[in-house]
Parts: sequence; C-alpha cells; structure tokens
Amino acid sequence: MGNLQAFHKKLDHLDILESEAIHIMREVAAECSNPALLFSGGKDSIVLLRLAEKAFRPAKFPFPLLHIDTGHNFPEVIYFRNKRALELGERLVVSSMEDSIRQKRVILKHPGQSRNAFQSITLLDAIAEHRFDACIGGARRDEEKARAKERIFSFRDEFGQWDPKNQRPELWDLYNARVHPGENIRVFPISNWTEMDVWQYIAREQLEIPNIYFAHKRQVIRRGNSLVPVSDLVAPLDGEKVEEISVRFRTVGDMTCTCPVESSASTYDEIINETAVTRITERGATRMDDQTSEASMELRKKEGYF
Amino acid sequence: MEHIELLRFITSGSVDDGKSTLIGRLLHDSKSIFEDQLNAIEHTTRRRGIEGIDLSLLTDGLQAEREQGITIDVAYRYFATPKRKFIIADTPGHEQYTRNMVTGASTANLAIILIDARRGVLTQTKRHAYLASLVGIPHLVVAVNKMDLVGYSREVFESIMAEFHDFAAKLGLANIIPIPMSALVGDNVVERGNSMPWYEGETLMSVLENIEIDHDINTEDFRFPVQWVCKWGDFRGYMGRIESGSIMVGDEVAILPSGRTTKIREISTYDGPLIEAVAPQSVTLLLEDEIDISRGDMIVKAGNLPQLDKQFEAMLCWLADEPLDMQRRYLIKHATKTARIAFSSIDYRVNVNTLEKETGQDALSMNDIAKIGFKVQQALASDSYAKNRATGSFILIDEATNNTVAAGMMT
Repeated sequence: MGNLQAFHKKLDHLDILESEAIHIMREVAAECSNPALLFSGGKDSIVLLRLAEKAFRPAKFPFPLLHIDTGHNFPEVIYFRNKRALELGERLVVSSMEDSIRQKRVILKHPGQSRNAFQSITLLDAIAEHRFDACIGGARRDEEKARAKERIFSFRDEFGQWDPKNQRPELWDLYNARVHPGENIRVFPISNWTEMDVWQYIAREQLEIPNIYFAHKRQVIRRGNSLVPVSDLVAPLDGEKVEEISVRFRTVGDMTCTCPVESSASTYDEIINETAVTRITERGATRMDDQTSEASMELRKKEGYF
Repeated sequence: MEHIELLRFITSGSVDDGKSTLIGRLLHDSKSIFEDQLNAIEHTTRRRGIEGIDLSLLTDGLQAEREQGITIDVAYRYFATPKRKFIIADTPGHEQYTRNMVTGASTANLAIILIDARRGVLTQTKRHAYLASLVGIPHLVVAVNKMDLVGYSREVFESIMAEFHDFAAKLGLANIIPIPMSALVGDNVVERGNSMPWYEGETLMSVLENIEIDHDINTEDFRFPVQWVCKWGDFRGYMGRIESGSIMVGDEVAILPSGRTTKIREISTYDGPLIEAVAPQSVTLLLEDEIDISRGDMIVKAGNLPQLDKQFEAMLCWLADEPLDMQRRYLIKHATKTARIAFSSIDYRVNVNTLEKETGQDALSMNDIAKIGFKVQQALASDSYAKNRATGSFILIDEATNNTVAAGMMT
C-alpha cells in the first residue's frame, strides 16, 4: 500500500470542492426531470459553467442556461453572457423583467428603482412557464447569514417560498430532490465555497470573466461607504461630486445597486491578493440592497429569491 | 498555489457552554471577521445595553432566532489559515435538536464537545458524545471551557476528563483530545495564554490545523456508485464519484448487482485521462466490455466486494415530526439508488441519556435513535457504516410528503 500511495495525487481544497460540486450537478441531472442552470454572466455562475463542463462533457449539458434579465445589467456582462453561451453551444433561455413589468406582474415605484428584489417574480414566472423543477444557482453560504443556513438542495413550495424553520434534513451527500408538481428545488453546488475559493478556482482554470471584474477607470459617486457607479440609470444628485477612479466589481447585479470597490488589480493573482487582505464582506461592500436591514436577504429568500 | 487541505468540524454544546463565543473567537483570532460584520455586532451589542463586542453575536442567524434568542438550525461557517480551509457546522445543542447534530456530524472530520468547567460532564455532554460515536466522527476534541471561572484549576480539568473518559470507554470512543480553555479570554483557542502553564498539549487551532485527516475516508475499498451514464456518439462512460479507495486503468472490476466483471479501459476527466484516481474524485469510467449499467449500480474491484443483500439491520435516527409508522412504506436513498423498503422490526430504542436499550417499541418519534430491521425491494450493495461511511449510510424519504424522515447507518 505504501508504494501505491506515492502515486496518488494529493487532493487540495479546490479539488475537493470541485468534486463535491460535480457530484451535486450529476445528482440534479439524474433526479430532476427538468432542471435549469441560472447563468447571469457573474463570476459564481461562470464557475458553475466550468463545473457543468467537468460534470457532463463530452456530452451537452442536460439542462438549459436560464438568465433572469432585470434590464438593469452592465452591458459588458450581457455581452459576455451571450458569448459564453455560444462558445459552449448550450441553450440560453432569457426571462426578461421588462415582460413582467409590461404584464404588471412587477410594479415599480419609479423607473430607476433597483430591480434586484423583483427578480423573484420573474424567476418564479419562468419556472412556471418552462415547468422547471430545479434551478441550479451559484449562491454561497459565506455570502450572507440567511444563506449560511440553507441546504444544498433547498426545497421551495408552490409559491416559491423558502421556509428556514422547516428545511429538509441533509445528511452525508445524500440529497433529496423529490418534489410534487408545482414545487421546485434550488440547488447550490458551490454552497461550501468562499469568495476566495471562487477567485482561486477562476485563476486555476484560467476562466474568462467580464472585464468589469478587473480594475478600470469609472465615474462614481461616493454615497456613505459605497462607490455608486454613474450610468444611464444613476445620475448624481444635487451637490454630489462625480469622480473618476480605478475600481473593480466584486459582484455584478442590478446596475443601480451594485457598487465597485477601489482597486488596481488587473490580473487574477492581484484580485486574489486584494481578496486576501480585504476587511469588508463581499455583499457589505457592494450591495446596497443588503444594507437596508439585518434580515434583508432572509426576507427576499422567503419570497422566492434564489 | 500552496497545498491547502479542507477540514470539516462541528461544534456541539449549548450557548451556555460558550459555543458561540468559541466560534466567534476562532473567527476573530484567525482574522476571518470583516469590519462590516464587526460594526454590525458592535451596534447590536450596544443596543442590548452591553459594552464592547459580544463575539457570540457573530453566529446569530435568522430573524426568528434573534427574536427568540435560540438557534433553530445548522449554520455553516467558513474560515481559513495558510494551512487549511475550515468548514464549521454550527449545531445547536438544545435537547430537541438531536437531528441537527446528526446532520452536521454526518460530514465532519472532527467534533468539538464543549463542557462548562463549572458544571462538568452533564447529560447533554453524554448525549453529544454518544451521537459523535454513532455518526463515527473520526476525531473528538473535548474542550473544557470557562477555565477562567474555576481559577484555571488543573484538578477541575483532570477530574472532568476522568469522568468523560469513563463514559467514552463505554462508547468505544478513541482519539479524544482534551483541551482546557477560555474562549472568552482566548486561552488555548488560537493563542496559548499564560494562565495554564500546567497544560502541555496543543491549542485548539493547532489541533485543527495539524491533525492527520488523510485516513478519514476509507482508502482500501474501491466503491463507485454510478450517478449518470454518458452516451455521446461512440462515447459511453459511467460518471460518478469515487466514494472510497482508488482505481487504476486495467483493474478488474465487478458491476453490482449483476456481478458481471470487466476491466477499466480509461479513467476520463475534462482535464484529460488519468492512470489512477482516488476518493473523493469525480471521474468518468470507460470499460473494456459493453455491459448494461445504469444509475444505482455500483462498480467495485473484482476482488473486494461489498455485501449484496435485500435484508438489513441499521441504527436509525428519526428526524421527522410525523412518527414512524411501521405499516407504511418509505423510500430508501442509498448511494445513488432509491428503492422502497418495508420495516420488519424495531429491536430496541436507545435512551441517549443513559445508553439503555429500551425494547418493546413499535413507533419512533423525532430524535429517537433505534436499532431496526428492514427489507428493500431490490438488492443493495453496501458496507457496514463503521467500515465505510459512504456505502453504509442512507436516508429515508416519506413517499407521500417527499420529506426526509430518517438517517440510517448500516450495522
């Protein structure tokens, strides 16, 4: 035995997280009749795509990619989304919030309002329309305290609701994906990854990412601790000063509520170095909608948010 | 990049034992707490009229929990040091939450059982030790906490450990690492401190960083439950994760339940073919001969077979509000196979406080642990849980509600 051990590849934490995620994806494919993979063009879902390649190639993915398009996306990210789906040769389903707004399923107080929270409505509509029984998403438990308590296979009732007090026990790697018609499962293959793991994996796999994740010059407004990016949707208020500084995004989401951080990182390794020394959580630095109350994410998830 | 290992551990104990403070201390002293999190708990500490920073607030979770001051579910937390990445399953120690501890323990390499030095070994401590032994956690740290409140007394520590060892011997628990500590002050958590010069062992962090975990999974017996069959043009591969042991190209394998044998032609991955693969790698196996294989089958080495049977005995932990109904049928999920089962017996129920075996039971309710017998409609390839966590574990699902109602370990 001793001699054989010498040949064994010693698995590191990324190998183990990767294998766990591949195992989860294959379980979804085998146990669910009509899954979809949520792909936004963001870094976590880019990792999901590589994991799906590792899980299913040489064959096609046994599920389409689904994007809930808020209409408030960074153009670089939408460009990247389309390009990546094309390169992979996989089907991309886009459900647009503009449709939900036209159908009055989503009613905005004003046109510039953040659309992040309304994603749940469009997502639930897409699930109903396409009869998806499982949605694979890139949420991680380290992101937020409500997510810290979520299962890898997370059951949602017919209203898409998450009931934190009534979750299915999840033991070993034995996942229960069974649902009745109209109910669905959200599956999070990278639940156990941290922001650092994601960046290390992107670097190891040399994954292409939208260029706004790297440092670039951008016009921003300082509001509280946040750097709010100026765009068609966000203009400076009276008395606010627009500055052009070098920033990068740690997350990408609704353009009206996703903020970049000051950065000079132009390579994967430089991003990893910045991630290692940052003193602010990913969402704390970048998501205005998570700062409204201590339970913002928990409340959104109960309403069907992923 | 440096080689970083992954260690999963659970913490069991109640809030009174200082569990949240301990986790807060680990995160704080390993610099895994961010400024915005610190600001938030500082704010909350102040709102509750307390000075300073209450580290236990870091593990506060959901709104309902904050309102009621309880922990309702397993929470997962993450931190890393230059040597290892850690996943903590933070499980509530409260009586009715046996199921949460079993859940958190099921994937753990190590358990930390917290004892309040002023109160010593309690019924709850014994229950946690029993559950750790039941779920077969490879390593056990007994943290005698709040040593600052007993004058850092060596005698107190040693007498608590003597009592714990007596109980642990009955359970057959080995690999116990005792540590006297004060999570509040920080002694023997990450830093050693100056208060207990009589203690010559490691700090908790040193144990977490250095304990040998290579053999926590079975490296001897190759077990490959088939998850997904990949047919693409001429390509026909069997996809899955190696649950234990290792495999090389050319190895002779048997397919269960059919028992047919063939050889490994190729071990395929997205990153190219491998000569050899080990647990827990996910790979695709290509075989020399065309054999009808589907999800739920298991590929094993021809000279090293698991049991193949329809009749099983197991330790079962009932997890659901609805009690077990012997007359009803449940589904078993074992490795990648799902099948119907019928109960044949409840041999005894374990009183987790006294370890007494209570016979004459015909029902089980939430948090009950029992030795049971059952029959499966199709033969399962399995090992005893003691020998192989992956092929000896299963869950039961209620077909009517689709809920996961029980966790089982084959004996």
